[in-house]
Amino acid sequence: MSEKNSVGLVKAKLAQFTKPLKLTSGKKLPSYELAYETYGTLNAKKNNAVLVCHALSGNHHVAGRYKKDDKYPGWWDNLIGPGRPLDTDRFFVIGVNNLGGCHGSSGSKSINPKTKKPWGSDFPIVTVEDWVNTQAALIDQLGIESLAAVIGGSLGGMQAIQWTLSYPKRVRHAIVIAAAPNLTAQNVAFNEVARQAIITDPDFYNGDYYRFKKKPKRGLRIARMLGHITYLSDDAMGMKFGRKLKNKNIEYSFDVNFEMESYLHHQGDKFAEEFDANTYLRMTRALDYFDPAKDYQGNLSKAFKKVEAEFLVVSFTSDWRFSPQRSKEIVKALLDNELTVSYAEVTAQHGHDAFLMSDPHYHGILTTYFKKIANQL
Amino acid sequence: MSAQFRQDFAVIANWIPFGAKVLDLGCEDGSLLKFLEGSLEVKGYGIEKDDTHWLNTLKQGLNVIQMDLESGLSGFESQSFDVVVLSQTLQAMHNTEKIVYEMLRVGKEAIVTFPNFGYWRHRIQLIQGQMPVSKTLPYEWYNTPNIHLCTIKDFDEFCVKNKIGVKERLILTHSKPIHLMPNLMGALAMYRLVSK
Repeated sequence: MSEKNSVGLVKAKLAQFTKPLKLTSGKKLPSYELAYETYGTLNAKKNNAVLVCHALSGNHHVAGRYKKDDKYPGWWDNLIGPGRPLDTDRFFVIGVNNLGGCHGSSGSKSINPKTKKPWGSDFPIVTVEDWVNTQAALIDQLGIESLAAVIGGSLGGMQAIQWTLSYPKRVRHAIVIAAAPNLTAQNVAFNEVARQAIITDPDFYNGDYYRFKKKPKRGLRIARMLGHITYLSDDAMGMKFGRKLKNKNIEYSFDVNFEMESYLHHQGDKFAEEFDANTYLRMTRALDYFDPAKDYQGNLSKAFKKVEAEFLVVSFTSDWRFSPQRSKEIVKALLDNELTVSYAEVTAQHGHDAFLMSDPHYHGILTTYFKKIANQL
Repeated sequence: MSAQFRQDFAVIANWIPFGAKVLDLGCEDGSLLKFLEGSLEVKGYGIEKDDTHWLNTLKQGLNVIQMDLESGLSGFESQSFDVVVLSQTLQAMHNTEKIVYEMLRVGKEAIVTFPNFGYWRHRIQLIQGQMPVSKTLPYEWYNTPNIHLCTIKDFDEFCVKNKIGVKERLILTHSKPIHLMPNLMGALAMYRLVSK
């Protein structure tokens, strides 16, 4: 992917919301802020907006760079830009940092206007439904009545689904990638181990570590390492690292011996440095709680009764955390409601992470689908 | 099979009501569905396993579900489609019996088409000592995907034995209907099936 198809230099923006927000938990936020970015131009009809929802550790910086010498572009840069699958010559693309995030939107790390101190443990637990409500408030502010599409992978895919449930008239297409209609027990279990790593870190201070100028880095690091193991497939790990040693010989120590360990440590350290533990806890909880069928005796087809959007559902063969089987459950519920849906099961070795890769067939699918949407504008 | 208009499309279209909900199993590049959408305004869904075919179907703006028919149609509710079509794919399936039952479970009607192995040209080639190769069976023995070939007589018996109702049957050779000795003179068999 060449730099010339990049959206180039971008700037984050901040939107203020003063209308109190009622959360699923019953709590209320008197006001909040959302960090967001946009790429491309909103057309005169205001019907070419595409919302990109992020997953567990993502944010609003989806594409482009803040400075020319930024080491990495936004997290889904390979998808977005002029001539890329989500073509910014046709679409107005919005990335938003979800409420409770740690990259500029209101969250535990940000200042509670009432106390003038970081929210810490007082920041409420938010759900996918809450996120979608705040995203809708953002597009209201941008003067957009309905979205051409909502796209997301993993937890982002769940938000795309929720959009079609909460605002059936305001979203025309949902692109749901490597997602699931809810988490399996095994997935909830992984999340709980990650949370326990954070919560039991002595530097966690019940979530109020900011006051003590501390960060539960050890816990967050372990949580991230665990996450990384589950995002990759056994095969991908085997191919990338195998049993390769860091140095020539086995060292008979508990230091890093294997390349695999080195990679995990690196990912864990990097993440613990830049991410907020309270956000991680809240994002995993939002994942755990997402279950649109729960009010319908577990019947997803009934939950989808109100849906009007057209769907593209994509899964990856080696994704064992959000397996193709789970995507097929979504497809079945859509078919049961005679909705317009296409489903691709992409052969990929990268496990759950495959949704961020630029595999030609996968990107071919997205290019084709976005062209269809563009032709309807 | 080629993307061009196939001789069986027109007959299939005759057997499908206007505006019907149609499931096309093994839809390839979506030609049949596109044709049915254009002529009958059907609500169509294709099922296709192959990546390239799947993407070509999507490019036609059609609904296409990527899955392997061999694993059945468990993602589809019983009687949720007006018509389920299996066009010239039956003979290439491992679970031939199962897919026919599945079609009649999911669809109120099923349309099955297949090349007639009993066609006289095939018989002559066999008498001459070779596996048949023809317009409807365009493969050599070593590269054919066809593993469950049958004759019209075989399929009729299959339907009787399994209590499958044959609502209509049409046998074609070079796009023309064959009425006299169809199992000998017919190249392509087309069946409109219902549960008994």
